[in-house]
Amino acid sequence: MNLALSDEQVFLREAARGALSRFKTLEAAREALDTPQGGTGGNDSALPDLWPTAKEAGWPGLLIDEAHGGAGLDAFDAMLVLGECGRVLAGIPLLGHLPATAILGDAPRVAEYLPDLASGERRAAYLPSQPPSDVHAEWSSDPAQGMARAPLPTGSGPDANGEVKLTGGYAFVPDAPGANALVGVALVDGKPTGVVIMADATGVEVEPVRRYDATRSLGNVTLKDAAATVLDAPEESLAAAWYLAQALIAAESLGSVETALDVSVAYAKERFTFGRAIGSYQAVKHGLTEVLRQLENGRSLLYYAGWARAGAPAEFPLAASAARSVASNALDTAARTMISVHGGIGATWEHDAPLYFRRAQLSRRLLGGTGASTDRVAGELIAQADAA
Amino acid sequence: MDLDDTPEQAAYRAQVRSWLDQHKHEAPVIKGPGAIEDEHEIIAARRAWQGKLAEGGLAGVTWPKEYGGQGLGPIEQVICNQEIGRAKVPGILDAIGVGMLGPTIIAHGSEEQRSRYLAPLLHGDEVWCQLFSEPAAGSDLAAVQTRARQQDDGSWRLSGQKVWTTNAQFASYGLLLARTDPDVPKHKGMTMFVVPMDADGVTVRGLRQISGEAEFNEVFFDDVALDEGAVVGGLGNGWGTGLTTLMFERVTIGLGSEGMGYNSTRFAGAIAADADARRDPEVRHRLGEVASELLAVRFTGYRTLTALQKGQIPGPESGLAKVTIVAGAIKAGDLIADVVGPDALDEDSEWAYMISFLPGLKSAGGTEEILKNTVGERVLGLPPEPRLDKGIPFSELRSKEGAPA
Repeated sequence: MNLALSDEQVFLREAARGALSRFKTLEAAREALDTPQGGTGGNDSALPDLWPTAKEAGWPGLLIDEAHGGAGLDAFDAMLVLGECGRVLAGIPLLGHLPATAILGDAPRVAEYLPDLASGERRAAYLPSQPPSDVHAEWSSDPAQGMARAPLPTGSGPDANGEVKLTGGYAFVPDAPGANALVGVALVDGKPTGVVIMADATGVEVEPVRRYDATRSLGNVTLKDAAATVLDAPEESLAAAWYLAQALIAAESLGSVETALDVSVAYAKERFTFGRAIGSYQAVKHGLTEVLRQLENGRSLLYYAGWARAGAPAEFPLAASAARSVASNALDTAARTMISVHGGIGATWEHDAPLYFRRAQLSRRLLGGTGASTDRVAGELIAQADAA
Repeated sequence: MDLDDTPEQAAYRAQVRSWLDQHKHEAPVIKGPGAIEDEHEIIAARRAWQGKLAEGGLAGVTWPKEYGGQGLGPIEQVICNQEIGRAKVPGILDAIGVGMLGPTIIAHGSEEQRSRYLAPLLHGDEVWCQLFSEPAAGSDLAAVQTRARQQDDGSWRLSGQKVWTTNAQFASYGLLLARTDPDVPKHKGMTMFVVPMDADGVTVRGLRQISGEAEFNEVFFDDVALDEGAVVGGLGNGWGTGLTTLMFERVTIGLGSEGMGYNSTRFAGAIAADADARRDPEVRHRLGEVASELLAVRFTGYRTLTALQKGQIPGPESGLAKVTIVAGAIKAGDLIADVVGPDALDEDSEWAYMISFLPGLKSAGGTEEILKNTVGERVLGLPPEPRLDKGIPFSELRSKEGAPA
């Protein structure tokens, strides 16, 4: 039994914390809300460009094997880095990049793309493609509006080079603006198939989406007879990328919970009312303890997901979905608690609490939404019960 | 990161499994077809089985060898528990004695007490009970009023009442926290005693709960005589001695949470069995939320094991897992009753007992409120609530509360 960070993992996390501490990410996050939507490269002018820092640290290649220039690490390592990004609301396009590299790493046909993606010279974005469940038989993507799931883009008859023309779209794609390659699942001749699309190809439109949380880069991707390359990644790999994205956003969310809790606890110790620190009142203390409870539950599930991806792949959908569900709820609770512990000041523009609140509210609705991951937990457990 | 045994742990697991393979036919059947029905016979059979487990080295795994234990660590204890569960045989009957009270005697008892009490405790020949809580001393345990008065010859006279006492109805001994000096602040005036449960003046009365069953007891002490050697850990040191017991309780809870049967697999099975419920979005959402938290607790347990393996003792944060388990099981029971309907509340339903048991479990081992206070103060470092009892002699406190000391 060993469910603890290795020395290397502790180092990875500390190095990430140190690297990100050089930037005033929170001030930038607030300023960017007032600045018009960004320039090229997907970056708002107010936000620091953290991609060079990511490149220097080797984060773009975390999940790419060493033979192709990556670090050859596993999901848990990537989750540690995402957690550090979440702590300071750093806008680094890893949530989109890393699941895309996981699919490409399982597709030998496009192995030549990997070194540039590993070094960060080029950037990929994952097109969120939700695998079927026990109640939804079809693959689907996130809709641009409303509750109904959207169908995946379609195409037919790949040519001799494995090229296919795709039509359709993916909404709210994390880190799509400025990405060079878009990687996801499409229906080719009716069959779910991994595809990579070059963002500058004819018929590809990536429209940046105005965001409630300015540090979250999102784009709506529209394909009109756009050229795509069919990948030879197996369907399990395509499904695993969805769950990897769930695990990563869970890790990122829990990083944000850590900060929200730390800041709230510090304030509860120094703010006095009726002659004593507000943290001594049970109502306040229990609210903060509840945040800690949800945080600890989320951390335990990150270990589960981190272990399961390689150690028990059949459980990875359950583990990653449970982590996403708990982490997402934890961040909602933490952000609301942060605001209420601070009183009125916590709801003002100058305070950091609204930034974490905005992050919480938007994150909950991305990548299928928190509710879908909760539903997936039920579905996976029902399937386990049927098999038992 | 892995969930695997080390080679040493695997060897220990194999040794335990092989003992169980050879001896499990000797274990009493206490559930299902062919189960013993008479309550007294069950207790007798389980005591005998505990004796066999002790002889095989499967009881008191973490106890020092000189007191009949195996001198192993908490990980081996967990492996042993897992293998006992896997063999589908009952574990030790006196889990409180072996897990908490015996270790307290090992830590604080005199050599005479250790040689007299430990071996029969471990073998199930003498069952023990924990006499700490009182009607007016639960979360505020240092408020115990049960009074021990020393006589001129050095012996003691004990009067008062304890409550929530598991196994008192068949226990031979109890470890009791009593007030010995009411004229000092409350944490300072307590002493721990060994009390023979068959002494004159000890009355045990079953305490029925919501489920209709009496799992706990009230115990009354009416001028019970105790000899001078009954003190454990020294006069006036009862609070410190009691904290040792509670620390062992935390370790026991930290290691045993999965064993309570409140797990996601079991609850999901109940929903999966209903063709409509399993496709109902609201049911699925409720199941998903509860199951995610209970899955988290399973891995929190593994994190605790990892820490124990490194020689760390679980801190107060393990109380949070208890909060999650109880809240999760309450929600799961509510969901299952919604799906199954009133039949879930029938006496022979596997859910009725759980549903009735959980509201009380919320307060067991420290109420949820006191657990959250402890975690908030000891883990998050939040300031304590102002206290009105600090430094005040217990007798004055009692008169402030309008009751005789």
